[in-house]
This record gives sequence, structure tokens and C-alpha cells, in this order.
Amino acid sequence: MSFKQVLKQRLAPCLLPLFILLVWELSTRSGRLSSHVLPEPLAVVRAAWQLIQSGEMWADVKVSGARALAGLVVGGGLGLVLGLATGLFKPLEIALDSTIQMIRNIPVLATIPLVILWFGIDESAKLFLVALGVFFPMYINTYHGIREVDRGLIEMARSYGLSGWALYRDVILPGALPSILVGLRFGLGLMWVTLIVAETISAQSGIGYMTMNAREFLQTDIVLVGILLYALLGKVADVLAKSLEHVLLRWHPAYQQGAKA
Amino acid sequence: MSVIAWSSSFSPIAGLDLESELRQQLDCAADTGTERRLGLAPPGDVDAALRLNGIGKRYGTREVLSDFNMQIERGSFVAIVGRSGCGKSTLLRLLAGLERADAGTLQTVGRDGDLHTRIMFQDARLLPWKSVLQNVMLGLPRRPAAQSLARARAVLDEVGLSERANDWPAQLSGGQRQRVALARALVHQPELLLLDEPLGALDALTRIEMHALIERLWREHGFTAVLVTHDVHEAVALGDRVVLIEAGRIALDQAVTLARPRTRDTAAFAALEGRVLQRVLHGEASGQGTN
Repeated sequence: MSFKQVLKQRLAPCLLPLFILLVWELSTRSGRLSSHVLPEPLAVVRAAWQLIQSGEMWADVKVSGARALAGLVVGGGLGLVLGLATGLFKPLEIALDSTIQMIRNIPVLATIPLVILWFGIDESAKLFLVALGVFFPMYINTYHGIREVDRGLIEMARSYGLSGWALYRDVILPGALPSILVGLRFGLGLMWVTLIVAETISAQSGIGYMTMNAREFLQTDIVLVGILLYALLGKVADVLAKSLEHVLLRWHPAYQQGAKA
Repeated sequence: MSVIAWSSSFSPIAGLDLESELRQQLDCAADTGTERRLGLAPPGDVDAALRLNGIGKRYGTREVLSDFNMQIERGSFVAIVGRSGCGKSTLLRLLAGLERADAGTLQTVGRDGDLHTRIMFQDARLLPWKSVLQNVMLGLPRRPAAQSLARARAVLDEVGLSERANDWPAQLSGGQRQRVALARALVHQPELLLLDEPLGALDALTRIEMHALIERLWREHGFTAVLVTHDVHEAVALGDRVVLIEAGRIALDQAVTLARPRTRDTAAFAALEGRVLQRVLHGEASGQGTN
């Protein structure tokens, strides 16, 4: 790749964001933009640096991350297990699937008043909301992944003597895996959305607490740090899920480098 | 090398009613063409790997196979041709045990009890998440692993793909995938290999290569082969016997006595191919009545 091409491909996409940052910085410095609306970018960086140095940021990220992870494990785990169960066993599908499909049409965030009544505003409410948010994409994609496994492959495997656990391990589960991983990525997205909302309602710690606290004192720079933190964590989760796909689906044509033989 | 046994008159093994038996005999009597020259061979004379008696199969109200009778000699190569929907693939799926017959009996005779059968499908049906070698090892005993591994490698070498052992199926061409599928079937050392139009999707050159490969492996391993195809040329090139199925019945049972390996540009080959093709295209008009 020539230097010119590198310039085009790597630098060109950065021009617009840099331009926006510059205009933003200049307009806050000149006083056209009140720092109550938007603090200057440098102030955001300074606030972030202070939060890092005081250790507050790390503590809050840890708390929020733990909540997200717990919700993911509980909701995602349940979704995976139930999706596998209904996908694999007809009686369970008949008994459970239509009910779950019905409940899934309720937006998770619409249940907040009820959740507050049930759990109050402590940790279990947040766990419940996040778990509920992750559960449905995980369930639906697992269920569909299993249903969509190529019948021809199953027939082939049976005629080659595979049955029971070997059939699940070698054919059905790997066949459903791409769909399950799509469910995981959707679930991760919803995990952060529900966590942000849950932490904004009420929290004594975490990123949501940090931003809501800063709002009380009009510290718009810290509010922005919080927003950027959520964005960063969301991105990190997505990158992790993507690399998981790259490892687990390395057989998939979409993940293979180089031309076909 | 083959002895053709088209027999309808031997004693019913189970549940063959008198009426259908009679009808069959009438069919046979009306149908004493040259193709059926061995039709009178008594059943006991042939070392048959498969005996089909009065097999019937219907999907809903559509009768795919009716009162179907055939014997397949052990070690022979039988090519089954016919138009789409004539029941040839259904027949193969019955032989593979993927479907159950609604009527009649299907008797398989293995050297020691069960007839060890493997099928090769139209699409290779390789597991995309397993490497080529792992695909070949599918269904082999996991222990001792070294032994299974060695066998899989040996068979992969036989189909000429040992260098691709660690590739994913998605990285192979269509012909290579079918070769892996062939290796996967052969690693089980089947007595009966069923081929369900395995070359249908391949280009002409690859197909000719595959013909040679299949023929060579068939000679080396000595299994019984049943090939379903709609390509009459392929059937004549490979079969000891070309069986034409029409409307769920055998319409032609043609012995192919050309020497192997077969050269395709001889007059005898062309004549035979032309004859079968004529029969496929024009049905009873050019052949003799089948009632």
C-alpha cells in the first residue's frame, strides 16, 4: 500500500471528528457555547484524568461492569439453556415457546415501575432488568439457531452412526453456534442499554451514579465522561464478542482470509 | 463380471400377496425383451447383497414406487437412471434405511449379518465446522484415536487429498468436497456404497476424474455400489448394469459388458448409451411394452 493510500484509508475518516472537536473547542473557548451546555473537550479530558487519578473512575467502572456481567450471566445463561431446551425437545417447545414469544414483545424498560415495586431500587432490581434485557435475544437466537440447523447434515450424521450426545456435540450445537453468537452480540447491546437506564433511576455507585451525581452539581464535564465511558465499555464488549466469533467460527467462510482453493 | 438377476417369481419372504405376485409374473411375461435376458435366473443362484420384493412407497396419495423387485449382486456396480421424480432417489433412500417402505420386503445380506452401508449425497454434506480430516473421521470410534486417525489419513490419501487434511470444507472446490465425502464413506469399509447423484453439481472435467476415482476405489475395495444418476453417459461408464426406472418400476435392465476401464469413444459405448437414452426419452414407444 502506498503512502497516499494509507493517508486516504486511515486518515480521511478521522478528518470529520477532528474538525468537530476543533469547532467545539473553539466555540466553548470563545464563550459562544456555555460550559453548562457542553464543556470544552479539554475539560472533559481533564475531568477524566482526575477521576482516573482519584481512583473513582475505576471503582465505578468495576461496579457497573460487575452488574452488567452478572445480568449477562444470569439472563444470557437462562436464555441459552431455555433456547437449547425448546429447540431440542418438542414437548418443551410446545409448552414454553409461545409464552416466551408473547412476553418478549413487552419492552424491558416498560417493566421498570413494576420492577421498582417488586425489588425496590437496590441491586436486585438492576440485576433483574439487565438479565431480562439479555435473556430474550439470547433465547430467540439460540432457539432459531437450533431449528435452522441443516436437516441434511443431521440426516447424514445419523446415517453415519451418530446419535445422542455425539449428534448434539458434533452437529447440532456447532450448527447453531453462529446464531447463538448473534444472540450474544444483541444481548450485549441490550445489556448496556438496560444497565444505563437502571443506574440512572437510582444508584449509590457505578457510572450511572457518577453521572447523576455530577448532574446535580452541573458538572457537565463529568457527565460527558460518564457517557463516553458507557460508549467505550459498549465498544469493548462488542470487540470481545467479535473476537469470540473469530475464534469459534473460524471455519465459517465469512471469517476466512484468502481466496478459495 | 456381473450377473443380472431380475427376478419376480421367487417365493415371497414376507407379506407379498398373491395378487401382486401374479401381476408381476404377467408383467414379466409381457416383457421378455433382450434386456431381461437374465430375468429367469432362479434367486438362489446369485450372491445377492440386496433383495427387494414387492417394495412400495407412497408419499401421501402419490405412489413413488410400486411393487418394485430387484436383486443386486454382491460386488457389482449398478447404475440407476431415470427422469426426475421417477422414484430413483427414493429407492436409494430406502436402501440406505433413511426411509421405510410401505409394502414389500427389503432383504440385505451382509457377509457377517448386517450389510454395512454408507451413502454419499448429492451435496457433499461435510460438516463445515470440522476440518477435512475430522470430517473423514466422523462416526469412527474415538478410541483408539491413533488408529482412527491413521485410517482416515490413509483413505484421504487414496482420494488424493492428504495435503488438505487440515483445511476447512469451505476452502475446497466442489469436486474436492465430494472426494472428501467419498473418503468419509470409504473409511467405514462399507459393503454397500450408495451414491445419490454425487457428481450432479460438478463440471464435466471434474466429473470424468471422479468417475475414474470411483471406479478405481470400487475395484480396489470390492464393495457393492449403487449409483443413482440422471446422466446416462455416467451410468454406462460406471455400471455393470444400467437400470432404468419409470413411474416407480423397472423399465429397462441393461447389462453393460464393456471392458474396464472403459473408453468412452468406442462404438459399442456409444451404441449402448444411445439405446438407453432413447429408452429414457421416448419411453415405451421405442422399447417394448411394459404393460
